[in-house]
This record gives sequence, C-alpha cells and structure tokens, in this order.
Amino acid sequence: MSEENRPPKPAPRPGGGGFGGGFGAPVQKAKNFKVSLRRLLRYLSPHKINLLLVVLFAIASTIFTIAAPKVASQAMNKLQDGYMAKMMLRQMSAAQTKAVQQINLQMKQMPTPGVGISQPVSADPETLKAMQEFMQLPMLSTVTDPNQKADIVQKMMDLSKKMPGNAQAGEENVKLTQDQINGVIRAIRETNGQYDFHYIERIVLILMGMYIISALFSLIMGLVMSGVAQKTVRDMRRQVDQKLNQLPLKYFDKHSHGDILSRVTNDIDTIATTLQQSLTQVITSLITIIGYIIMMFTISSILTLIVVVTLPLYIISTATITKKSQKYFALQQKELGQLSGHVEEMYTGHKIVKVFGREKDSIEKFEAINGRLNTAGWKAQFISGIMFPLMNFISNLGYVGISIVGGIWITRNLLGLGDILAFIQYSRSFTMPIAQTANIANIIQSTVACAERVFEILDEEEEVPDKSDAQVIEFAKGRVSFENVDFRYEEDEPLIESMNLQVEPGHTVAIVGPTGAGKTTLVNLLMRFYEINEGAIKIDEVDIRDIKRSELRQMFGMVLQDTWLFNGTIKDNIAYGKQGATMDEIVQAAKAAHADHFIRTLPEGYNTVLNEEGTNISQGQKQLLTIARAILADPIILILDEATSSVDTRTEVLIQKAMANLMKDRTNFVIAHRLSTIRDSELILVMNKGRIIEMGNHKELLTKGGFYADLYNSQFAEQNSEEEVG
Amino acid sequence: MLKLFKFLKPYSAMITGALVLLFLQTLGDLYLPTLMSDIINNGVMQGDTGKILHIGGFMLLVAGGGALCSIIASYLSSRSAVGLGTILRSKVFGIVESYSLHEFDKLGTATLITRTTNDINQVQMVAVMILRMMVSAPMMAIGGIVMALQEDKELTWVLAVAIPVLAGVIAVIASRMIPLFRLVQVKIDKINLVLREKLTGIRVIRAFDTVELEMKRFDEANVDLTDNYIKVNRIMAFMMPSIMLVMNFTSLAVLWFGGIRISNGNMDLGALAAFTQYAMQIMFSMLMLSLMFIMVPRAQAAAVRINEVLDTVPEITDPNKTVDTFTEKGNLQFKDVTFSYHGAEEPALRDITFSARPGKVTAIIGSTGSGKSTLINLIPRFYDVDSGSVLIDGVDVREMSQETLRAKIGFVPQKAQLFSGTISENIRFGNEQVSDEEIRRAAEIAQASEFIANFEGGFEHQITQGGTNVSGGQKQRLSIARALARKPEVYIFDDSFSALDFKTDARLRAALKKEITAATIIIVAQRVGTVMDADNIIVLDKGQISGMGTHKELLATNEVYREIVASQLSEEEIA
Repeated sequence: MSEENRPPKPAPRPGGGGFGGGFGAPVQKAKNFKVSLRRLLRYLSPHKINLLLVVLFAIASTIFTIAAPKVASQAMNKLQDGYMAKMMLRQMSAAQTKAVQQINLQMKQMPTPGVGISQPVSADPETLKAMQEFMQLPMLSTVTDPNQKADIVQKMMDLSKKMPGNAQAGEENVKLTQDQINGVIRAIRETNGQYDFHYIERIVLILMGMYIISALFSLIMGLVMSGVAQKTVRDMRRQVDQKLNQLPLKYFDKHSHGDILSRVTNDIDTIATTLQQSLTQVITSLITIIGYIIMMFTISSILTLIVVVTLPLYIISTATITKKSQKYFALQQKELGQLSGHVEEMYTGHKIVKVFGREKDSIEKFEAINGRLNTAGWKAQFISGIMFPLMNFISNLGYVGISIVGGIWITRNLLGLGDILAFIQYSRSFTMPIAQTANIANIIQSTVACAERVFEILDEEEEVPDKSDAQVIEFAKGRVSFENVDFRYEEDEPLIESMNLQVEPGHTVAIVGPTGAGKTTLVNLLMRFYEINEGAIKIDEVDIRDIKRSELRQMFGMVLQDTWLFNGTIKDNIAYGKQGATMDEIVQAAKAAHADHFIRTLPEGYNTVLNEEGTNISQGQKQLLTIARAILADPIILILDEATSSVDTRTEVLIQKAMANLMKDRTNFVIAHRLSTIRDSELILVMNKGRIIEMGNHKELLTKGGFYADLYNSQFAEQNSEEEVG
Repeated sequence: MLKLFKFLKPYSAMITGALVLLFLQTLGDLYLPTLMSDIINNGVMQGDTGKILHIGGFMLLVAGGGALCSIIASYLSSRSAVGLGTILRSKVFGIVESYSLHEFDKLGTATLITRTTNDINQVQMVAVMILRMMVSAPMMAIGGIVMALQEDKELTWVLAVAIPVLAGVIAVIASRMIPLFRLVQVKIDKINLVLREKLTGIRVIRAFDTVELEMKRFDEANVDLTDNYIKVNRIMAFMMPSIMLVMNFTSLAVLWFGGIRISNGNMDLGALAAFTQYAMQIMFSMLMLSLMFIMVPRAQAAAVRINEVLDTVPEITDPNKTVDTFTEKGNLQFKDVTFSYHGAEEPALRDITFSARPGKVTAIIGSTGSGKSTLINLIPRFYDVDSGSVLIDGVDVREMSQETLRAKIGFVPQKAQLFSGTISENIRFGNEQVSDEEIRRAAEIAQASEFIANFEGGFEHQITQGGTNVSGGQKQRLSIARALARKPEVYIFDDSFSALDFKTDARLRAALKKEITAATIIIVAQRVGTVMDADNIIVLDKGQISGMGTHKELLATNEVYREIVASQLSEEEIA
C-alpha cells in the first residue's frame, strides 16, 4: 500500500509494510547498523541516476503541493476582499442615504439658518462642519470610480465619528476595527465592491495546472521508483542464490531450511517494501515538512511558532508510545510463537493426543497461552491505537491555536482569511509527514536488520575454490583410494583418523553399522561435500582436490533414501541426470530401473507433473525414478543407500532388481541393509559412532569375531535360519 | 466473515461503547470546522476578539473530548477485536481437538495449523482495522455530508459529482491491481518452491552437478517475480496521484462555485471555509472505505477457511449411554468388519474377523496398501466401521466413551511423535500417575535407557519440538516407552520397529515378550523377522485376510505369505 504523505488522512498506519507493519510493530535491531546501512545503500548505486530523478521529481511534486494552498489563499483573500468591500459599500450607501435624509429633515425644521439652532442638533461648530461636509459628499450609489468610492467611505468613517449618534453612519452596522476598516477601504479601491472573478479564474487555472503537474511528477516518481526497488532486490536475490551454490554443505547442516528461506524471501521482501515505499516517503516527508514550515513562515511567523511548538509534542508522544507498544508487540510475538508451536505439535501429534486421551490437557495449555496472547495482543493494539487520536489531538491543538490567534490577526488586518485557511491546511497536513518521519527510523532499523541477515549469508565462507590447473580425468576407471585420511565435523571431535582404503574398479564396498553410525560421512567425503583435514582421497590416483568439482561429481551417481525429486515432469526428473538426454535414452533408463511400466500407467505418462509434496506417486515409485535418473547419468562410481523402508514388497523386488542393474560394471559404495549385498561385496566397512571400526570381507570379519560378527549374528541370524526353513 | 462476527457477542457492550464513542468523536471532528466558521463569521468579521477566544476555548474542549473518546474507543475496540481472535482460536482449537482422524484426513494437518494461527490472525487484524477506522469512516462521510448540506445545499452538488469520480478512479485502479496482486503471490510461492527444492535437494544437485540448471530455474522465477512486482507497482504509482488530483480538483470546484454563490449573496465566507473542510473529510472517509474493499476480501478468504473448520462436525462422538463396566480384560475381537474411506470406491477392509487374547502376540503383515494400518486404526476408534463390529472386552467400541476405550490401549504409531518437553515428561504422557521408577523401567524395556543416560541431564533432557534432536530410532524407542508406561490392556505397535537396527529390534522384542505377559499385543510389521515368532500371524492382502496362523503354518498354506517371505529373503536363497 503506498500511502500518501500530504493529506491529513486518518490512517493510523502510515509506515510501509502494509497492514502488518507500521506503528509500534516490533523493531528488530541491527547489530552493526552503520556498516550494514552503507552496504545496503551500495546496492542502490547502479540506480543512482534513477534515484536522483526520484529525488528531483519528489522535490518538484512536493513543492507544487506545498505552494498550492498558498496560491489558493490568494483567491480566497480576493473573495474576502470582494465580500467585505461589497458589504461595506452596501451598508455605507444605505447609511449615507439615511443620514442625508435625516440631516435634510433637520435642516428644514430650522426657520433661520445659523440662528437658534434647536435641539437635538447641538450647535457645536465642528459637528456642524462635519455635517456640512457629509452633505457635500456625493452619493455612493452614483459614483462609479473605485478610488472615489474609497475616499467617500473613508471620509464618511472619519466624519461619522464627529457626528451625533443617530446620524452616525456605519458604526452600528459595521463593527470593525480600525485595521479592518483600512483593509476594507483598500479592498474597495481594488475591487470597486465587485467580485474579481477574472482574478479568481486565473488563480483557479494556475492551481489546476499546479495540481496536474504535481500529480504527473509524483506519478513519474512512483514509476521510476517501482523499477529501482524491485531491480535492487532482484539483484540481491540473485546474489544470494549464487552464494548458496558456493557454500559448503556444512553451512546447510547448521542452518535450517526455514531460516535460509525466510532470509531470501521475507527479509528481502521487507527490504523491497522499504525501498519502494519508505524511501520515497522519507524524501517527500522531509521536503514537505521543510516546505510547509517555509510556507507557513511566509504567511505568519507567529502562527508558525505555534505549529513549531507542537513539533516536540509529536515527537515525544510518538517515541513514548512506540516504545511502550514495542514491548507488547514483542510479547505478543512471543506468545504467538508459543501458540503456533503448541498448535503445530498437537495437530501433527493428533493421533497420539487422542489415543492417550490428552485432549483436555492440550486444550488447557492452549487456553493458557491464548489468554496471555489476548492480554499482550489487546495492549499492543490499544497502545498503538492511541497514537492516532493523540496525534490528532496535538494537531487539533495547533488548529485551535491558529484559529484563535489567526482570528485576532484578521481583526487587526494583519492577515487575510485566505491566509488563515491556507495556514490551517498546512498545519493540519503536518501530522502525516511528521508521523511518518518519526516512524521511519524504526522502519529503517528493521530493514537494516533484515539486510544484515541477508549479508550474513553473503559473508559466509565459500567452498575452497577449484584449482586453476584442475585436472580432467578422461575415461576414468573408478579406482578409489583413501590415504591417511583424517576428518572431523567439529574441531575437537575426531571422527575418522588415518584411514586407508583401496577400492578397485568395479568393486563393491558395503558400509554397515547401526543407525546413526555416520555412514553418510563417507559419502560426503567422497563427493567432496566436506573437506578432509588430513591425507588424501584419490580417484584413479588423482587427488580429488585437484579435480574440478563439477568433473568430480559427474563421476558419481547417487541413489539416496531421501528421494529428492523436483516439481516438474517425470521426464525432466529422470533427465536431470544428463542434460540434453533424448526421450529414447530416458525411456531406456526408466526401463532399466523397472519404472517404465508404472510411468506408463499414469494418466500423463512421462509428462506427469510431480506435485509439490510429491504425493501423486508412492515412495517406492519415487525411488525407482531416482534409480532411473542415476542410470541415465551413467556414473563411474555409484553411491547407493539400500534402505527401502515403507515400500511394499512388490515394489521392493523391483527396486532390488533395478539396483542390481545399476550396480553392474561400476565401483559401488553401498550403505547396505541386505545380507546378500554385504556378503557379496569385496569390502565391508563397519561403522559405529561415526568411526570405521572394522574393515575386511565377510569371511575375514566373521572370523575376527568383533563388532561385525556380533552384528551379523544378531541381525541376520534369523534370516539365516529363515533360509534353512524356506 | 460476518458469520464469524457473531463470536463478538461477549463484547457487544464494549463494541456498542466503542461505536458511541467513535460517533461522539466524529461529531467532535465535524463540529470543529463549524466552530471555525463561527470564529470567522461572529468573531473575525465582527472584529470581536472576546468571541474568538470564547469559541477557541470551546474548540479546545471539543478537540480534547474527541481525543478522549477515541482513546477509550481504541481501548474498547482493541479488547473486542483481539477478544474475537482469542475466542475464534479457542473455538477452532477445541473443535479440532475433538476431530477424529477422518476430519484430519479431509482437511489436512498443515492447513489446520494455518487456519488456527495465521487465518485467525488475519481476521483479528481486519477486525481491529474495521473497529478502529472503518466504522468511523462511514460516520465521518455521512456526518460530513449532513454538515455540508447544512452549510450550503447547492454547493453539495460538487460532492455529488466528486464522490462517484473518486470511487470510479479507485475502482478502476483496484480492479487492475488485485488480480496482479494475486499473481505476485503465485510468483512468490514459485520462488519459494524453487528455493526449498534447492535446499532439500542440495546433495543431489551438487552430485549431479546441475548447479547451473538450478541457477537458471531460480533466476527465471526471480525475474518473473520482479517483472510482476514492477507491474503492480506501476499501477500502484497511479493510485495516489490520481486520488490527490480528484481531491484537489474538488476543492478547486468548491472554491469556484462557492465564490460564485458568495458573489450572488447566497453564502458567506465562513460557510465556504467550513464546506471546504467537510468536503475533504468526506473524500478521505471515502478513501478509507475503499481500503476496506481491499482488505475485507483478503480476510474473507481466511474467514471462509475458519468457518469450514467450525462447520466440520466430528464424525465420532461418544454415545449418550456409555458402558464402563467390563467383565473381561484385554480381549480384542473383530467381527465381520468392513470399512471404507470416504469417497473410496473399494472398501479398505472387508469381512475381517479375528480375535486377540491377553498374553498373546498377534502380528499383522501385508504389503503397503493391504490395510494393516487401517485395521489397527479401528481399534482406538479413529474411524468407525461401515459394518460389523470391533469389540474390546466384549463391548463394541462405539458403545463406550472414547476416554474409557483409549485408556485400555497403548499405541505406538508408525511415525514416532514426541512433544517438546523433557524425556520423562514424554514418557509420562502415556500415564500421568507413573512414578519415576516406572518411567525408568519403561525406558529400560524399550531399550532406551542406554542412550538416555548418554544425554545431558538424562531423563530431564529437553526434547525439541518435533523431536529433532533425537534420531528416528531413539524416537521410536521413546514412543514405545510411553506406551509401556501406560500399562494398557492392549498394545498396538504399528510398524514401530522400522527405524531400529535388527539387533535392537530383536532385543526389544525379547524384552517386551518377557515383560508383557498379561496384555494383548498387536504388531504390524513389514519385516518377516519381526513377526515370525508371533502366536498368531494375520496376513492381509487387499483389505482381506488371506491367511492366519503361525509362521510355519502360513509358510505351508499361504501363498501371499510365502511371497512376502520370498521377497525379503530371495537374495539369500539364491546365494
């Protein structure tokens, strides 16, 4: 929502961020504000010219809006002049006629002029003189020249003071101060008691032009800015994405997906909103405030003072309320988090809650959190809700002050009515930009904090780059060797120490061990997802660190228990293993993986789109697809996880056959669950608690009578007896 | 949306109060320009300073009163709107807790979570907005029009033109913007999807060296989103300038036509000044109203989803008269049970009849989709049968209260589910009365003591939400301990040993056998090894019992069983 800054619009949430953000929403604090802000600003530098344009247009547009009320006041003043002059002339004219008649009457009653002048007209010579002068004045209604009219009125006003009560002209009808009388006389001179519609028309036309130009400028500003903000965050997203590709897997182990996702989406979105709305807001608000103050000064410095006095009130009230509401918003956020956590737990564990009959406890706990959330929630809402009435009240204080002082000023003819109206318009429009600027500090804080989280990703240490003279192994055979390899995930927890291993091309290595024994560690090292601490891993006698990562990984194929497929067609998912694969190759791979049949039973066949959760095919079918993908990729070395839990027996058979197809003529590393695989493999690695504790072939290890023998006897003894029975 | 507002009932007094106060405040706001007009006409034009001060003081009072009214109104409306959210949450959570699995299947867990949290928040937010400003906007508009009419009837025609024009401008822009907004939301979802896939599949992506491809996918989504955003922003850029233009032109029109009326002596200056301000107030309240048209549809979607939850009546409820005395203990019986899921063409289970006795182990085996989990879900009455009956201790499960029924059952699900809290709290979840010693004992039988001892704090070790800090096998063992602590009459293990290695699996089953002598045990499994030594094995195939008996009997007589055994042991046989 883009909100305008000029009008005194009763919107309590002028800040960016739509309805969620705005006043009093919790402010996140940046750790290193200055540095991060500067860095964020650097992202804007490619758009310097556009930003300059935005600032220029903002200034231009704002100047016009600022000036408009002042110009409009001219028209209003003109209207007032006309009104006053006309009223004055009408009243004076009527008074003159009346007075002349009265005096004439009195004159006639006198038998001899000059002698024995009777009551009520006193024989004061000055009065007499005044009356005579008064009589000599031409009738206002007959005069057309404005100056003459003004002179007559002036004279009448002067004379009337010297004349006796009932002959006084004007005073009883026109209760005006001397200043106002002067003003009216000036007005008569200027307007001749007519409304100067030519003048007003001209002003209206000027205003129309100003409004249109201002609107155009502000439109252009908005258009330019829309591109700037979005392109900036687009670049930022792109950069983060690139970075993510270069981060070692270690990073992803340590950071939850939710966290990374939220940085790339929510945080960057906040930045976009701020750039889009708040930036222009700051610019226009500041210009508006300054402009308004200047304009107000040109009208009246004393009145401006009244407005300026209210400024600290705005700032103090905003600051205190924000601070208070922050507390409750933070509390609300916390309770909301707890509530969501509880809801999530109870819903995902619904079955358990039901079967153990714990609904009541669950509801009780929910109600407790809900109650706390309610308290925090209404307090937060209430306090932030006070903001607007308070602002409004302060604005009204200024309004009343201006009305009073301005009214008195008008009576002294220091100001025109139009001036006061313009002033009121200015002062009332003051509230919004002030509130916005007060809030903008918080918005910028939060935004910089968001930017900081994004920068944190960008500053993470990248994978060791490929060597410039990286080798390419053409026609790799698939001989793998570990030479004195040391590895640890954590500094002080050695996992693998001086490990030596030789795997001949075409051999199969079975990795066995209880759950959580760290069987995937080896996989991670082979693919160079992690860097070893000591020693070397070699493929065909070449250290894997001397091979380009992309080359190295192309030698490997992977079928893991976690069947990762993306939201696309089955065809594309299989072809993922080999870019530019033909349809024929894809079908061949699917056939070898025993997947062709089920794919063809799907309504769209190979073009079936796997939905987001991948629920339109079963877990076992997914596994077949990943096997097909690996077959198509045709790697030299294969890494395979045999675990196929939650797969029905028939699919299981298919998977086994497919895996057997896949393993042919390759060097295989198998996280083994099947006795047959283990027994037939050339080398068995027995792992426990993250370490390789035994190594050898089936017979060797059995005779050794160690962990493997123990494991074998407990796990496979039954199956062995099975064989005898079956 | 309106339907949800009926939950505001407890707050009706507060809301009435808020409305009255807002009305007063609006009156005050509307009165100020009139007072100012009075200052001009009676004070300024007459040069009466005393009058100016007098009216000015009164204005101050009105302004202060208005502020007070709106502060109290803010209090009342905050209480009510947040109260509405609280009530809704409580209602929704309450009803969801009473749902059977059927309703969960129908609606889905993820959406139920969003409905209870986000959707209600959205509605609450809009309720706050409506109570805070949307209510006063129409009041302001109507009051403004009344006042304007009072000042000058003829000039009101200007408004009669201006308001529709303003409404038109807003409507045109909004109608273009809203569909684009929706599109942007879709694009945001898309970029999220691509990114999430990238994160979950990071190993695969790197292994297949498709980083470039993924980058292209992301960039496409990124550019697409950016382009759409820019489109929205472009349209939005038109919004404010055009609205301002309409407003400014309105005030010009008022000035011009007002001027003419004054020149004809039909109006005075004060009235014109007041009218100008009323006109602005009316226009702004129109603007506010238009905001409502943007916001309410947003909340509308949320409201519909909440109502859907509230309108969903749980299918399984307790009977009016419940049986709570039993003559037997631990006897489980299925009599000609047929069951089908809603909307399914074929029944998931057909004519299932068997019984399980205390002290005996009954195993159920079959391929995926054969109905194993469905069958055991009928025991705690997660679903109701179509025909036939499930009896525990001779009583139909539908005739006892769900509480009584479930008190008899110790259930270990396929997907071990732990709750945040300490380990002992989690085990105690099954039975609040158990002593620490019993908890220790349960953990021991479940083969969990060893790893618990290795945890920092032992039994007081905190389990994070979703149990992310324990492994799958550990979770399973803890969930078994939880069922053990309950000391039920019937144990149900739904493929609960799958994450355990064979060694632990074997040890666990041996311990269970030794420990549980009086209770009935039902085990569902995929591995032949797990079920082999059961007293009775039920082989399920396509929802029907294809055979029943001991391992040896079945091997001799049952084709499906032989096939299952063969599939799991075939490689060995070849070897």
